[in-house]
Amino acid sequence: MIETDILIVGAGPCGLFTVFEAGLLKLRCHLIDSLPQPGGQLTEIYPKKPIYDIPGYPSVLAGELVDNLMEQIAPFKPGFTLGERAESIEKMEDGRFKLTSSRGTVHAAPVIFIAGGLGCFEPRKPPIGNITDFEDKGVEYIIKDPEFYRDKNVVIAGGGDSALDWTIFLADVASDVSLVHRRTSFRGALDSVEKVMELAESGKIKLITEGQVTGLNGNGKLNEVVIKHKTQGEITKKTDHFIPLFGLAPKLGPIAEWGLNITKNAIEVDTTDYSTNVPGVFAIGDINTYTGKLKLILCGFHEATMAVQSAFKIIHPDQKLSFKYTTVAGVNGFEG
Amino acid sequence: MVKITVIDREDKPHVLDAPTDMSMNLMELCKAYELPVEGTCGGMALCSTCHCYVQNDIELPEPSEDEEDMLDQAFFVEDNSRLGCQLRLTDELDGLVVKLAPTAG
Repeated sequence: MIETDILIVGAGPCGLFTVFEAGLLKLRCHLIDSLPQPGGQLTEIYPKKPIYDIPGYPSVLAGELVDNLMEQIAPFKPGFTLGERAESIEKMEDGRFKLTSSRGTVHAAPVIFIAGGLGCFEPRKPPIGNITDFEDKGVEYIIKDPEFYRDKNVVIAGGGDSALDWTIFLADVASDVSLVHRRTSFRGALDSVEKVMELAESGKIKLITEGQVTGLNGNGKLNEVVIKHKTQGEITKKTDHFIPLFGLAPKLGPIAEWGLNITKNAIEVDTTDYSTNVPGVFAIGDINTYTGKLKLILCGFHEATMAVQSAFKIIHPDQKLSFKYTTVAGVNGFEG
Repeated sequence: MVKITVIDREDKPHVLDAPTDMSMNLMELCKAYELPVEGTCGGMALCSTCHCYVQNDIELPEPSEDEEDMLDQAFFVEDNSRLGCQLRLTDELDGLVVKLAPTAG
């Protein structure tokens, strides 16, 4: 069991900055995030985009801001559970919360900060009416083990790097690989695009451009995909597997089941300390809502700072908190 | 101010007053009227949640390479597909009719 003072759900900018503010109060933090790397949306959606409204930075790339935050919080030795989704929380007998991840990792802390942004990133599922009927019966959104596709017929859809990379990889594994893409050009890396073109020319894969998978057929198990082609109309193709790779999108996910007051996919908070209706649980950043809420990193940093003050009182009810400036006290990290 | 009609996913048309002097785009307009458009990325053409179909032949600026790239992550893309966030509200858009595309499951 991982034990800490503040368990932070979401390793985006607000979650990361919480570690700093908590560290100044000698509180330890552990972050959990469904993505395999810290940074949240900044890393996953727009790492190369400049941000202009971070105080003191006329311009900073989103990816750089995350790198800087990681450096800023390093003295406070935060723990990370990455690539695992925060699944459930329950109150333990000693008053602390127990948080279990999607992979069964158990964490315990007296305080939880939800800094979940827009939710956890999950594969985007094509809005094909019966797609859920075929999930794990021929439709997979993530390739967990390429060997699973050995000597099988596979249809991959998408035009980005993951669609290209997996097409290349599975060309040597599966018996038949088709890549379906809506255009003739691809947005993926140039060498991957060239490699896919070569494979298509040599007949090792089938490349179906100007087509989109719009239907699925099968009886209890996927049997064929329906491809709507720009010039050839509807084509059906027999297949064992359909792997749509259309990137990731955030979903609120299990947080919705944690007994918190939620309006329009956001958690209601008290603006004195960004506490939720569940004592000991705070919500900061894009995931919370209150009158006048602005979804800005800048505001999330403020929310984190205010919330750790109240968290301190919960964690150390008998200690008095004295406020210190970093210019006076410096930054005193943790040993080990 | 121009009029733009947005047909929602239940085929219900909404005629919206669209200001042309506030540097807004179609995605932001839909959000302002609380229509079901997520605009996850905030308008950077990085998420495709504002995918819509242009229903009438009002002349629009050609999609950029970024917009085309991001339409690759959208579903059921047609020749008249656009990202709402890349359509700036201008006088030329008066009378535009768009239909919201299906969302990812």
